[in-house]
Amino acid sequence: MSPNIDAVPESAARPTDREMVRIEHVTKQFSLRHDHSLKELVFSALQRKKLADTFLALDDVDLTVHAGETVGLIGFNGSGKSTLLKTISGVLFPDQGRVLLRGRVAGLIEVGAGFHPDLSGRENVYLNGAILGMTREQIDARFDEIVAFSEIEEFIDTDVKYYSSGMFLRLAFSVAVHTEPDIFLVDEILSVGDEPFQRKCLERIRELQKAGRTMVVVSHELEMLEKLCTRIVVLRKGRTVFDGDPTEAIATLRAS
Amino acid sequence: MSEAPRTRAGQLPTRAEQAEGWRAPGQDAGWLNPVTERFLLRLLVRKELRVRYRGSALGMLWSYVKPAVQFITFYIALGVFLQLQRDTPAYAVYLFSGIVVVNLFGEVFGNATRSITGNQALVSKIYLPSQLFPWSSMIVALVHFLPQLLVLIVGALLFGWLPSPTAALAFVLGMAILLIFTMGLGMITAALNAAFRDVENFVDLIVMVATWLSPVLYRVSMVEESIGGTFWFWLYQLNPLTIVVELFHVAFWRYSPEVVERVAVDPSLLSPHEPLGLWWAGLLIAVVTFVIGTVVFERSKRRFAQEL
Repeated sequence: MSPNIDAVPESAARPTDREMVRIEHVTKQFSLRHDHSLKELVFSALQRKKLADTFLALDDVDLTVHAGETVGLIGFNGSGKSTLLKTISGVLFPDQGRVLLRGRVAGLIEVGAGFHPDLSGRENVYLNGAILGMTREQIDARFDEIVAFSEIEEFIDTDVKYYSSGMFLRLAFSVAVHTEPDIFLVDEILSVGDEPFQRKCLERIRELQKAGRTMVVVSHELEMLEKLCTRIVVLRKGRTVFDGDPTEAIATLRAS
Repeated sequence: MSEAPRTRAGQLPTRAEQAEGWRAPGQDAGWLNPVTERFLLRLLVRKELRVRYRGSALGMLWSYVKPAVQFITFYIALGVFLQLQRDTPAYAVYLFSGIVVVNLFGEVFGNATRSITGNQALVSKIYLPSQLFPWSSMIVALVHFLPQLLVLIVGALLFGWLPSPTAALAFVLGMAILLIFTMGLGMITAALNAAFRDVENFVDLIVMVATWLSPVLYRVSMVEESIGGTFWFWLYQLNPLTIVVELFHVAFWRYSPEVVERVAVDPSLLSPHEPLGLWWAGLLIAVVTFVIGTVVFERSKRRFAQEL
């Protein structure tokens, strides 16, 4: 469900001059391997056949993000948005070029990726908080706030597998937005839950912006990004084709 | 596989940049991660323990049941039918102290091998130090090992064995060699298994064979009788598992009164290099394996997310 556009608050981000993320000439190539077996490997070696097709996901991308900025990444499917986000978070490594960061990063590539269905809500909050880089003291201190934000107080000691999908996503999102990273990477997660909850999430994003956090957001919700971001980067086939004013960026994407 | 490997150094911030607070994503403490990330490691261990026995009525009891069945089977087949217990005093203790070693080896090796592929959801979506996965599976294996060790100690006590400094030393050395060696192997196979799933089947094969290729069921002197003096006997003796199993025999079996009595009449009960055997060779092999394992793992961990 896409968020109601009227509910999206105006951006509260105040860009500064301090650089937080530096992406220099990053190139990422994927090899599309069809099978994971030794047999395949041996046979293709014998036949001198090429084992894999390669695919250029990122092609010489340069990008600098400053503290306090909220940068949107837009582009059609397969343009390399998520790959770029994964490269910043450290899940993927560039083949060429390099990425540098300053401060702690929390990457939300997928809501609830670190959640385990057989653990209770409480255990998952701790596990996920720790995965996102919080210490035990930090989680202890924020625990009540996280649970209150997700509005699932009565079910916090129930195994997550019994949660409805909405409850699950709310808890996962709640953990993520309470990790207090310096750099927050968000991939398509602002379409979580019902409308009141979405409004709450956007409110929270606004608070993070006010607090001077740096954000990189990937989304297909162009109107929402236009309001939230201070800058938008348009990617096409792994290359940056536009970097600047949100309204112009969206026009660029739509024109192509 | 992807293109030619690129130098890692070129992607790390220079010293001047580091001074300004820059770092590369995924730049972590390497093999020291399990120490620096203790809290996360503990949570991962707890998760694995919880998940392992979900919906099972016996739960942790299974870690008693499995070795017990194994022990009884071997004891009847080899001890009674093949009459190994006639020449080996306290054969039950002899057998069980070996079984315990091989089980721990199998569990650490097998779990570590599957640790990256088994945590696919985490590895491919969120950054966390991947070294934590094989380490947490080792700790899980240790948790299952404890009850077995307890049973072994009780069994040995029943045969009149008493703890001694030699026993303690042999046990500590044995554990150290076993864990360092198996973690080394496990990190290599975990990294390979991310690329080729065949590896885990191969590992199962090794674990199956391990019981028979170390002196768990029979005595080293029997091996010496048939292939003594050959290259193969040396290889057999240098097998770190052989060394560890012999150390465990020294720790729990060798100094129980029944054995001490019989050694006087039957010197074949003595293992070749009493009392600690080739511990130095075992430790050396273990450390070398661990170093190789760490290097292989560190080099390939950057590709895990895209290979899964």
